[in-house]
Amino acid sequence: MSKERLVVVGNGMAGIRTLEELLARAPDRYDITVFGAEPHPNYNRIMLSPVLAGEKSFEQIVLNGRDWYESHGITLHTGDRVMGIDRAAKTVTSISGRTVPYDKLLLAIGSNPVILPIPGKDLPGVVGFRDLSDVEAMVAAAKSGTHAVVIGGGLLGLEAANGLAVNGMEVTVLHLMGTLMERQLDEAAGYLLQAELESRGIKIITKAQTEAIVGDDKVEKVRLADGRELDADLVVMAVGIRANAELGKLAGLEVNRGIVVDDHMVTSDPDVLAVGECVEHRGVTYGLVAPLWDMAKACADHLARIGGPGYTGTVSATRLKVTGVELFSAGSFGDAGTEDIVFRDGARGVYKRLVLRENRIVGTVLYGDTKDGSWYFQLLKDEEDVSDLRDTLIFGQGAGVVEQDPFAAVAALPDNADICGCNGVNKGTIVAAIREKGCCTLDDVRTHTKASASCGGCTGLVEKLLAYTLGDGYQAQTGDKPMCKCTHLTHDEVRRLILIDKLKSIPAVMQALEWTTPEGCASCRPALNYYLMCAWPGEYKDDNQSRFINERVHANIQKDGTYSVVPRMWGGLTNAAELRAIADVVEKFAIPTVKVTGGQRIDLLGVKKEDLPAVWADLNKAGMVSGHAYGKALRTVKTCVGSEWCRFGTQASMSMGVKLEKMTWGTWTPHKVKLAVSGCPRNCAEATVKDFGVVAVDSGWELHVGGNGGLHVRATDFLMKVDTEEEVMEVCGAFLQLYREEARYLERTAPWVERVGIDYVRARMEDLEIREALYHRFLASQRFEQIDPWAERASGAVDNHEFAPLATLATLAAE
Amino acid sequence: MNAMTPQTWIAVGRITDIPRRGARIVKAPGGDIAVFRTGNDEVYALRDRCPHGNGPLSNGIVHDRRVTCPLHGMVFDLTNGETVGPDTCRAQTIAARVVAGVIELANPLYAENASA
Repeated sequence: MSKERLVVVGNGMAGIRTLEELLARAPDRYDITVFGAEPHPNYNRIMLSPVLAGEKSFEQIVLNGRDWYESHGITLHTGDRVMGIDRAAKTVTSISGRTVPYDKLLLAIGSNPVILPIPGKDLPGVVGFRDLSDVEAMVAAAKSGTHAVVIGGGLLGLEAANGLAVNGMEVTVLHLMGTLMERQLDEAAGYLLQAELESRGIKIITKAQTEAIVGDDKVEKVRLADGRELDADLVVMAVGIRANAELGKLAGLEVNRGIVVDDHMVTSDPDVLAVGECVEHRGVTYGLVAPLWDMAKACADHLARIGGPGYTGTVSATRLKVTGVELFSAGSFGDAGTEDIVFRDGARGVYKRLVLRENRIVGTVLYGDTKDGSWYFQLLKDEEDVSDLRDTLIFGQGAGVVEQDPFAAVAALPDNADICGCNGVNKGTIVAAIREKGCCTLDDVRTHTKASASCGGCTGLVEKLLAYTLGDGYQAQTGDKPMCKCTHLTHDEVRRLILIDKLKSIPAVMQALEWTTPEGCASCRPALNYYLMCAWPGEYKDDNQSRFINERVHANIQKDGTYSVVPRMWGGLTNAAELRAIADVVEKFAIPTVKVTGGQRIDLLGVKKEDLPAVWADLNKAGMVSGHAYGKALRTVKTCVGSEWCRFGTQASMSMGVKLEKMTWGTWTPHKVKLAVSGCPRNCAEATVKDFGVVAVDSGWELHVGGNGGLHVRATDFLMKVDTEEEVMEVCGAFLQLYREEARYLERTAPWVERVGIDYVRARMEDLEIREALYHRFLASQRFEQIDPWAERASGAVDNHEFAPLATLATLAAE
Repeated sequence: MNAMTPQTWIAVGRITDIPRRGARIVKAPGGDIAVFRTGNDEVYALRDRCPHGNGPLSNGIVHDRRVTCPLHGMVFDLTNGETVGPDTCRAQTIAARVVAGVIELANPLYAENASA
């Protein structure tokens, strides 16, 4: 039996998702041909904003590479736009002249940006924000020009504006309405968003009516109706999209605002189907991603001749993809006959609003804290009566119930609840992957379902689903999980056995503890190397090949493969000679970026790997050594000026900091370690977000531990107060040694202190015998670790192979 | 030297020039080549560029016949350049062999042309 021929016009997300759904249902039913107007394989269009912002590369957003088409026997014509359909002959013809016959035709041709009919709209420099070529045009414009004007303050416009600002342009957003994203946000949330974007240097003009784009042979200015003129090297039109129905109209299909389809995505011609943004379904056109997934399923059911329920429309939610801005919106608000529940936390910049009608959620806007977005959205879609939840509803799903059961939240979600909005993956699919495909880690779930594989916003939920579905099976993985897939033993067990069995090399550990892989992996090898070094100071030989590249070459790898160099500046102090040496190095090696870090150091960014030894040699000559800014090691001791200069200082914090850094530099630790010393309780050195923080008071020193900034900010726990500098040194050394000996590799002091409890740590520090023994062991191991790695390598005697190429074959080019 | 036949091999150094479970680069027209030495003294070569995010694979951690990219942790099979696991991504391989302790690469120009 010969196969039916299916031709898909449009190589975007809707068309290809439909094919994926179809192949899952009826893999051999059709001979498939796909036409794409863009020259690329299928990519995730909603991730163009992160590409523009430089957070993702194009390769990272490709959904299906060309090998996918090959492996399914699909013929793919990219860069070949279909120009016409002959419904009588049942063929399509492309711009390159290809004519291909079909039995079934699927139109998935998306939408076009709306271009305002104003003078100058066709000038070079005016772009939409729809496909990769637009992104490329914007990135190119950012390289040559300085001023960008984005017309439209909706979702797309703001993502474009943010991306252009990240690319270094001075961006102005023109928005016709008084509130940004007025279709998704209310005034309060719009204000918070505007303030956030303005703090990033984006200028926003609301109630702005664009009159004309001005320029001779390219964009030069944008003129507003009130006469104002704005400089512009680039204009992005992001005022909306319009279903691309042209092809359908030419072919004589029924077309309204989009190509009209029924619930099975069939157009007015029974052999022609359509999905995605090009369609109009029950009078509605869609411009978001979630409806595509539902349409794709209905369409695939029909193509596979499965009598599915069809497509009945989608209620959409919106998340803004601007890094650092959390914003969620769904449903409607501002209608008559509704009630509001509002929660605000000014300090945290949180605004939450629920709109209720007759005890059912009909809309929600969340700003600053969106973790309950999917829950509210589900209640909204299910039209659930929330009377019983009303008192605590605004505090989120956790309020009231989660105390006893941390998984009640995910357990309560129905199977059709969308967990991953980016890739349209619901709870049922994830749970099935866990139960039936044997997924037992986040990565497994990402691989099999694509959930949490795009923006990562749902990672926490996916982890909870894993824990909930696997029960004790996953408990073993979170609470005391094996070090990695190479062993069944936990970190703590491995460490104990290293000591008990006197294991003194990585092969010895792997042999004695029955590793399941010959040589371990990139995750257990660095951990074992650290554990052995900590257990047998001076005796264990550091295995460089088990270290991450940064620790191997003593510099920080950057995204372009160059390195950054941070010389140590004891206690954050420097002098003219050091600064002169740094300046000379920067000029001599043409180092592109010099940056002052949060830890009071100077960071030289963009150093070529082969230049590293020479850079270090020059810095060494001026007396500077490695700052270990690359290592699981003591990074920095930050200080304020203290009583040496400050009117308020009570103790000499600078010299205290220098002493601490001289004692602790060079130590290897489970994760990075940062210290700070403040000269008075005003705490200008921010000691209470450090791993070990010292705050001077009139009568001595307060010691704080277990703090960090970063993604999950944690203030320190107060450890104890001591009287003398000697005691500060001793507690610091003892605390670090306790951390070195007992924390798990890659566990910072904050989660470690939380895990074991501050009382446990304090008891160790208050028992003078234990404390002294820890301090002694710390100093003993420092004898072997305080060797400047830069000087060793600058001499050419150590690890020269890391920096010099094996061979250079450049002359071959001439052959 | 005839650069256009597949039998052309170029000596690039001794196997002992690379640490076990390590890699070094060979600068070549068309981009750097990462030459790996495994714990069992096998030698493999890949383009020194992770197809996922352009990471320099020569800087990764080598374990068995695999290397983990330093930038985003993708794991590649050194023998065929394919990623371990279902993600589809493939680093370009270059044939390598060891003759009397000397590492030889298949003429990289030829390899480049052949894959195009």
